[in-house]
Amino acid sequence: MSGAAKIRFENVEKRFALRDGEHVALGGISFEVGAGEFFVIVGPSGCGKTTLLRIAAGLDRPTSGRVSIAHGEGERPENAMVFQGDSIFPWMTVRENASYGLRMRGAARAHIDEVVGHYLDRTGLRRFADAYPYQLSGGMKQRVSIARAFACDPEVLLMDEPFSALDEQNRTLLQEELLRIWDETKKTVVFITHSVDEAVTLGDRIMVMSADGLPKAYVDVPFSRPRSVLELRATPEYGRLFHDIWAQLRTEIHEVA
Amino acid sequence: MKIGEATRDRVLSVASPVALFVLWEIASRAHWIDSRFFPAPSSIAGTFGAMIANGTLLSNTLTTLERLAIGLVVGGVPGLVLGLAMGLYRPIYALVDPLISATYPVPKSAILPLILLVFGLGEASKIAMVAIGMFYPVVINTAAGVRQIDRIYFDVGRNFGARGPAVFRTIAFPGALPVIMTGVKLGAGLGLILIAIAEMVGAQSGLGFLIWNAWQILQVNVMYVGLITIAVIGFVLTVMLNELERLLIPSRTRR
Repeated sequence: MSGAAKIRFENVEKRFALRDGEHVALGGISFEVGAGEFFVIVGPSGCGKTTLLRIAAGLDRPTSGRVSIAHGEGERPENAMVFQGDSIFPWMTVRENASYGLRMRGAARAHIDEVVGHYLDRTGLRRFADAYPYQLSGGMKQRVSIARAFACDPEVLLMDEPFSALDEQNRTLLQEELLRIWDETKKTVVFITHSVDEAVTLGDRIMVMSADGLPKAYVDVPFSRPRSVLELRATPEYGRLFHDIWAQLRTEIHEVA
Repeated sequence: MKIGEATRDRVLSVASPVALFVLWEIASRAHWIDSRFFPAPSSIAGTFGAMIANGTLLSNTLTTLERLAIGLVVGGVPGLVLGLAMGLYRPIYALVDPLISATYPVPKSAILPLILLVFGLGEASKIAMVAIGMFYPVVINTAAGVRQIDRIYFDVGRNFGARGPAVFRTIAFPGALPVIMTGVKLGAGLGLILIAIAEMVGAQSGLGFLIWNAWQILQVNVMYVGLITIAVIGFVLTVMLNELERLLIPSRTRR
């Protein structure tokens, strides 16, 4: 863990009432993510990882427990989320979508133009600034979503399987781009995925979640930054990590299936 | 020389109305049809010119357009606001929807006597009829339009700090706009029907009055002039609303 705790989960529990009893989505999770850390949560489908992120984003309330985010200097939003699947507004242009967070917070026009322009450049969207989402591919839409989240400069970035709907080639490209942008900003990131590959490629630290919504293991990723996705994947260390995490996960998937 | 299919189709679609007019003209002059009920197009055109010259056509058209315009706004704006509120807030939907569902099936023309009773014979009753015609399609489509917006967009709004009016302005309204515009078009068409009916029964001016009065004193030419004018208004209204839709919803119509 690098630096002081930026986001702290304390006994976060989420239960849903069902007709016969109740379903425990999160069984009381506690952990901390350090400032500037890229933290990845990997777990089987239905283990409650999206619920955990929605609670962190303030979109859902926990049944008990709490999530607190430490504020740094300056007026910043606590978090910004990159959602799973299509989440950019179809009725706005790329530029309007990317500037949404800043506009909602009443940022100055010149500041918006500068910051959004920067992230449109970094994500290769400059040419498409005035295009509407229907004119974009799936990968381009997710780039807009990433630009939107980075542009409002939040304390913590929350990413909910942002690349899961993309084909493998696009996914690798976007992972590389995300790493590049992240290297410039060193944002604190909580990233959710079901892909072990993705977790090892991106993360500083990985939490493997169990099927019943509890942390099962924490794994440190020793790779230095900046990282190259392709070179990384050719190393024996990468294979070993992949194997270890996959072994942890496998028992959980059997439990769900 | 061979002509293209598109050109051929365009020629044919102009040819059919022209042919009808020519046939009508000949039939009327040759007294194959009763020229008292079906005066020759050339004779109707003459009346048209005379009515433009003496100003009766323009003044009645303007009267109808004014009632129509005011009525569309008076019915459309509350319909839009209430529809947005119904779409966004479930309690408001639960409160208002039964009232709308219960009163919607009543034929709007059938409540004209009640409207005359309440609003009198003046301008208010004409405007009220148009407003009622506009209100229902707009409120129903707006509420439905907001409710069909994917939940994720409201989550995005919340996550990026949109509150209150900003949610209306940036999500509910633009998200529902394509469905709202369908309601506006329906409402405007219904408004035109209702203004014609309202002017026939309780008015001394307007195109509806012109048509009805022409029947009463058997000025059949004047009746046709009124009918043609109202048809043109309907056509222009449709074109204008389609254009408005194109301007307001570039993300859908530039496809």
